Amino acid sequence: MNVVLDNAGAVALAFGYTLSLFVVAAVLSGIFGTILAAMRVGPISVLSKAATFYVTIVRNTPLLIVIIFFRFAGPKIGLTWSFVDIQIGNLNLNNLYAACVVGLSVYTTAFVCEALRSGVNAVDLGQAEAARAIGLTFSGVMREVILPQAFRASVPPMVSVQIAMLKNTTVCGVLGVFEAFARMKGLTNDNATARTEIFLAFALIFVVLVEILSLAANRLERRWRIA
Amino acid sequence: MASAVLFDAPGPKTIRRHRTYTIAASIGLLLVVALIGWRLQQTGQFAYAKWEPLLTPKYIEALLVDGLLKTLQMAFTSIIFAVVFGVLFGVGKLSEHAWIRWPSWLIVEFFRAVPVLLMMIFFFYEVKVAGGVSNGSTGAYWSVVAALTVYNGAVLAEVFRAGVLAVPKGQAEAAYAIGMRKTQVMSIVLLPQAVKIMLPAIISQCVVALKDTSLGYAIGAIGLSTVGRSIYNGFQNQIQTVFVVALLYIAANYLLTLLATYVQHRLVGEKAALEVGMVSGAVPDGRAV
Repeated sequence: MNVVLDNAGAVALAFGYTLSLFVVAAVLSGIFGTILAAMRVGPISVLSKAATFYVTIVRNTPLLIVIIFFRFAGPKIGLTWSFVDIQIGNLNLNNLYAACVVGLSVYTTAFVCEALRSGVNAVDLGQAEAARAIGLTFSGVMREVILPQAFRASVPPMVSVQIAMLKNTTVCGVLGVFEAFARMKGLTNDNATARTEIFLAFALIFVVLVEILSLAANRLERRWRIA
Repeated sequence: MASAVLFDAPGPKTIRRHRTYTIAASIGLLLVVALIGWRLQQTGQFAYAKWEPLLTPKYIEALLVDGLLKTLQMAFTSIIFAVVFGVLFGVGKLSEHAWIRWPSWLIVEFFRAVPVLLMMIFFFYEVKVAGGVSNGSTGAYWSVVAALTVYNGAVLAEVFRAGVLAVPKGQAEAAYAIGMRKTQVMSIVLLPQAVKIMLPAIISQCVVALKDTSLGYAIGAIGLSTVGRSIYNGFQNQIQTVFVVALLYIAANYLLTLLATYVQHRLVGEKAALEVGMVSGAVPDGRAV
């Protein structure tokens, strides 16, 4: 454990990067996933097909390839993100970081869309019919009956998606963001004798982060469960 | 494809309105596609020189044999091991003995929560699966397989447990009533029925494994992602190489997804696919991330 404790500052900074990747990608994928889900379940068939196409393509591409695209192929067509240069404390969010976070968001957006869609599909048809039968308008049906239920039903799949995304942030470590995975690799290179304990320490931090998210989601799920 | 929950059947006025939206949306989408095409044209990405390596037999062979074939091999080897791992720990989690149940639970939870990349590095440099770092690409190959085995195995353990629990209770009770032992009930009655429920989930997990083999990039395991890297590093044709590599991955995964859907219809019918998320409750239609 000594190696990790001796480098506590560096390890904390690395997890700072991991968490910042997680938060930014969660927000971006949340926003765009919602738009995509709206397109997908909406009445305009062109938009619905476009969204389905996006989801099929992105879900079947490995995350690594998506990020490689934004990291190495993007600059070839002028997608350099060079305008991104933010310093928050010790975190330096530069163009490499931006490329990775965009790749991560583009990938996760497809899964967020599917999570939200499964929530909409979980609402019983009778609910909407009953709401229309008692004379609620379209916005009334949406606001009072369908969206609240769809939102609750999509909490577990949504959190599953974001937990997977937290683990996926490690892929950014392969491509130039100095987050937890890259730090762990650096530490194991410098301290060959202590590799097992370094691995266990990093693995346990990830387990704790994942368990926190999953516990929170379980509590929400239980509190909001429909009937 | 409007969902019936959300909308009533549209009237004449709405149909007209939707037509306007459709035209506007189509123009918007075409503009986006045109913009991308224009950008590619501007930066000279359609030049034959950039595509040439990908049409050269030598590199096509590298992509298909060292790339796709190795990738598929890695994925299927790890899935086979993962199924074994999954059965062992899935049944372990259902055990009546606490000293089997708790360690199984611990191992499954641990491997599900730790990122695959971390395990890959650990297996490659420290555990040295099949020689690991000192054994070059063979070591890298088996390190990827080992990492994918424990991760997918842990996910499949959950799937197996859920599958066994999904078999109607009467089946086990009837089996006990005619005097079968615990092992017999599990192996003769419950598991065969559970496998039928689980098969689509196992095939979906193959897609996850196939996508995760790309992470072998981090330790230089030969596969589509590493072959792609050496091609675009040599020819500086990132856009074209990534496009082709992604296309190969998508084709392989899409075929697997179709297979999973087909098997689902044949064996399970219209019921929802069996899914196990990190959170109690369902995961979006049968695909893990």
